[in-house]
Amino acid sequence: MNLLHFLSGRLVKGVLVLFAIAVLNFFLIRAAPGDPAQVLAGEAGAADAQLLEQLRQRFGLNEPITTQLWIYIKGYMTFDLGFSYRQQQPVLSLVLDRLPATLLLTGAAFVVSLALGIVMGALAARRAGRWSDSLITTLSLVFYATPLFWIALMSQIVFSLKLGLVPNVGYETIGANNTGLARALDIGHHLILPALTLGLFFTALYARMMRASMLEVAGADFVKTARAKGLSPGIVSRRHVARNAILPVVTLAGLQAGQLVGGAVLTETVFAWPGIGRLMFDALVQRDYSVLLGVFFMSSAMVVGFNILTDLVYRIADPRIEAGA
Amino acid sequence: MNFLKRFCRNRGAVLGLVILLAVVAFALLAPSLYPSSPWRMVGRPFMAPFALERFPLGTDTLGRDIAAGMVHGARVSLMIGVVSTIVSLLIGVPLGAIAGYAGGFVDDALMRFTEFFQTIPSFALAIVLVAILQPQLGSIVLAIGVVSWPPVARLVRGEVLSLRTREYVQAAVTIGQSTPRIIFSQVLPNTVAPIIVMGSLMIGSAILLESALSFLGLGDPNLMSWGYMVGAGRTRLLDAWWISFFPGFAIFLTVLALNLAGEGLNDALNPRLARGRE
Amino acid sequence: MNVISQETPPVLSIEKLTLALPALADRAHAVEGVTLAIAPGETLCVVGESGSGKSMIAHAVMGLLPKAVKPAGGAIRLAGRDLLSLDEPAMQDVRGREIGMIFQEPMTSLNPVMRVADQIIETFEAHGLHGASERRARAVALLTEVGLPDPPRLAKAYPHELSGGQRQRVMIAMALALEPKLLIADEPTTALDVTTQAQILKLLDNLRHKHGTAVLFITHDMGVVAEIADRIAVLEKGVLVEEGTADQVLGAPRHAYTQKLLAAVPSLVPPMRPALPESPPVLSVEGLGKIYRKRSFFGTAREVRAAEDISFSLVRGETLGLVGESGSGKSTVGRCCLRLIEPNSGRIVLSGQGSGDLVLSDLGPTALRQHRKRIQMVFQDPFASLNPRQTVGRIISDGPVAHGVARVTALMKARELLELVGLSANAVDRYPHEFSGGQRQRIGIARALALEPDVLVADEAVSALDVSVQAQILSLIKDIQSRLGLAILFVTHDLRVAAQICDRIAVMQRGRIVETGPTAALFAAPQHEYTRQLLAAVPGGGRFGH
Repeated sequence: MNLLHFLSGRLVKGVLVLFAIAVLNFFLIRAAPGDPAQVLAGEAGAADAQLLEQLRQRFGLNEPITTQLWIYIKGYMTFDLGFSYRQQQPVLSLVLDRLPATLLLTGAAFVVSLALGIVMGALAARRAGRWSDSLITTLSLVFYATPLFWIALMSQIVFSLKLGLVPNVGYETIGANNTGLARALDIGHHLILPALTLGLFFTALYARMMRASMLEVAGADFVKTARAKGLSPGIVSRRHVARNAILPVVTLAGLQAGQLVGGAVLTETVFAWPGIGRLMFDALVQRDYSVLLGVFFMSSAMVVGFNILTDLVYRIADPRIEAGA
Repeated sequence: MNFLKRFCRNRGAVLGLVILLAVVAFALLAPSLYPSSPWRMVGRPFMAPFALERFPLGTDTLGRDIAAGMVHGARVSLMIGVVSTIVSLLIGVPLGAIAGYAGGFVDDALMRFTEFFQTIPSFALAIVLVAILQPQLGSIVLAIGVVSWPPVARLVRGEVLSLRTREYVQAAVTIGQSTPRIIFSQVLPNTVAPIIVMGSLMIGSAILLESALSFLGLGDPNLMSWGYMVGAGRTRLLDAWWISFFPGFAIFLTVLALNLAGEGLNDALNPRLARGRE
Repeated sequence: MNVISQETPPVLSIEKLTLALPALADRAHAVEGVTLAIAPGETLCVVGESGSGKSMIAHAVMGLLPKAVKPAGGAIRLAGRDLLSLDEPAMQDVRGREIGMIFQEPMTSLNPVMRVADQIIETFEAHGLHGASERRARAVALLTEVGLPDPPRLAKAYPHELSGGQRQRVMIAMALALEPKLLIADEPTTALDVTTQAQILKLLDNLRHKHGTAVLFITHDMGVVAEIADRIAVLEKGVLVEEGTADQVLGAPRHAYTQKLLAAVPSLVPPMRPALPESPPVLSVEGLGKIYRKRSFFGTAREVRAAEDISFSLVRGETLGLVGESGSGKSTVGRCCLRLIEPNSGRIVLSGQGSGDLVLSDLGPTALRQHRKRIQMVFQDPFASLNPRQTVGRIISDGPVAHGVARVTALMKARELLELVGLSANAVDRYPHEFSGGQRQRIGIARALALEPDVLVADEAVSALDVSVQAQILSLIKDIQSRLGLAILFVTHDLRVAAQICDRIAVMQRGRIVETGPTAALFAAPQHEYTRQLLAAVPGGGRFGH
């Protein structure tokens, strides 16, 4: 019952956020220089007077601004994110086609970076002050400052172009026509480099957070209680310190979901990964604003869903939430 | 004095400061080191680095001097980093202070607003903003500022909220000091340290964000920037790695230096926390 | 000087223990050359003020000293074996099995994400005792023994679902799980309300008689000592100054420091007070109410009535004590009187000499600010109530300056006030961190006096201070009151303090005043059941007064 209450609350909030983004998109179109109809048409339809007139009709551009807004929002509510005249396809279907690849990439990067970050951070905290701690701390400082697109390019040179360990670009081997497990393995092989480079920054972030959090919890009263029971340092550290130290890291990870999706734009661009990030880059190059805004909307929806997911995890991990909510 | 001593005890911070000063020096000296435009084609394309004294870092796909681009790029990166951080502080600090001090409905409304901006994928929003407003210095700074302020607002709100219930602030209320006076003389001076630390770290993130935008082709077409240089070299990675390598490395070094210095600043300004770290 | 009268060998003997502090500390040793012994089944209280090193001794026995503090000499023998020479694994075996320990803060001493039973079961697990189902059964049995309601259900609860007293019972169950020979209790009741404290002390005493456990009890509270100690050791700045049976130390203390400590404990017998001359009230509060509403996302609000229908009045020169346990609403009422918290209902009227009635509760923000000077406050925490970035002179003169006095004039006044509260006038140029807790509280009083108020609200103004400092501040407040004729609303949880300083007392429980009366009458013949409970629960009531 409580969980249902919580979930419905979260969903309402999520829908409100998406509504606000639809409104934002509407005003962004009007903020662009030039006629909104031309903006909607993208570069492709710039000269075609007939298309522009058609767009003015469809979006009520000759009507008052409130009517225009209503028409626009109504479109979003019926899952109509506009039409790409450049690609001659509805934006929604373009985005949905590309979504699975992005979900796979960001999901993999998230899981890997969270797991790696927590383990590294915990390890560093347990060996605070020793060389393994210094190594982990230095590495996370370095990766925290590395531009994502640059490290993606550099690892592309080293690991695929020079060493040939992993494929250079793409989602799967073109023309291989693999099926089933063979295809999954092939995609996995292509996934390694993009997921790792995307996750690198986040690994560093979570490792730093986990280390700091572990050190803070280690001073808590209940840790002294645990030691006073005669528990071994290993159990104290795993069951009492780490278990509590993870909570703020999970919160941070939830907040970082948006960053992860943003990072996917860069990673997908470098690795020609056919996700919505790559779609966004292409739309950018072609000045196809309908697609650009559609991807923006969809990536926000992804983050909203992702936040609900991490909140759920958090509720399971921390029994105190139920009482507070 | 005490502050300097504490800062210097952190060797990483000193290293960061030294690197940072070097970058600033290059940026300041750019016009006299390379007086001509970094966009000018000055030699054969694809000249390897360290081969010719005239082009220590080689030339790019169009025969532009990479070293010149690097030095001019430092100006752009630092300027955009600093200005957009100031923009986000100008948005975030007042918003956070008002939310934290007013409490109640105002706080609720402002925090919902902040949360909304935190939910939006910030890089995607920055791309959309710059693309729609056209890539120019102003729109880039605005976009970075707009996507970076929420953490500032949250930090300031948290600090103000905790200070507001502090007994010496309550005491200021009971002796009859006015609200603006309390905010300026009792509350804000005690939040300056964390804001400075956050600001120094944010310059680093802003530089990363700017370079990523330029990499995607959303840089100001009149300004040579590091991100643009990395992007320009990416089609010829295999045979001319240096075109992308050097500017990217410069971004990395600058951001690392900012983070190191920021952490040193944090340790020096919050001596109690720093001791807990060991 | 160390007299061990018992025939049986001691459970624990501490011999010439010296603990070294890090180089930059304000003294070289946390404790120096301390020798103590505890016989089986005996309760030894180690008493001292903050910074006396009493807690360090407890942590040294347990092998849980902070990293910076190192044993520098002596021995700690548990049944003859020197604990200081044991390595970490051997010490782990001792902890929990041979020595149990409970701590001061029940709210933070249990792991928030682990069920209560699992935390007890861990103790068995750590020492490889019993099978899984046996462990669980024992955990429930222990929860029963420490007097917790519905143990099988409570075993599955998380710590946040328990009250402070209940959590401390869980801590005791955990510490006694393996029937250790020695129990160390480090200020175990300091964070608890007085009635809960009485229950926990009784429980500890019952359990140690039943199991024959020796108890090393660390406390700062002489009242608690009088309740529970068989023998007492008094620690001053890391040095053991006196040790003996409870009767010896409390009845005929030999060392000057012990005498000073005991003399500083306020008596529960109110002193004789001259009746105040009849005069109109300077502060009257009528029907004051405050409701806290917790809003949730869907708008279902939960209400907490922090204060309900509170009425009282104060005349010139009078001190009214607002007494109650935590959550009784006494601090809320105190703050509502200054409108630091906005009350939901009721009238607050100030009526000074010749200045006519002023309905404080009706004032708008600007008028309120102008009239705030007539009612001032002294806060609880001497460290949090002064802005660390401002000089003492600035802090004291800010009030008059806010009301239009020139800074120079206000600073002159600040110097006079500092001398009035017993500090030197040139303290104006110094910063708060250069002063001790007691001195800071004096500065806080000077700040309140700078505005020449008619009424002073003191919110637990001496609760954070050591008992000897407490006595000084109390006499300062009394002195100033008699000189300036202030009316004081004295909010406190401490009945001893209230007995000494208040003319009248109002007892609060769950947001309401349940009984009001002149202090002497209220202590001699309490009318309300709750007042009787509170008075009965004051530790050491038998020895210090009554």
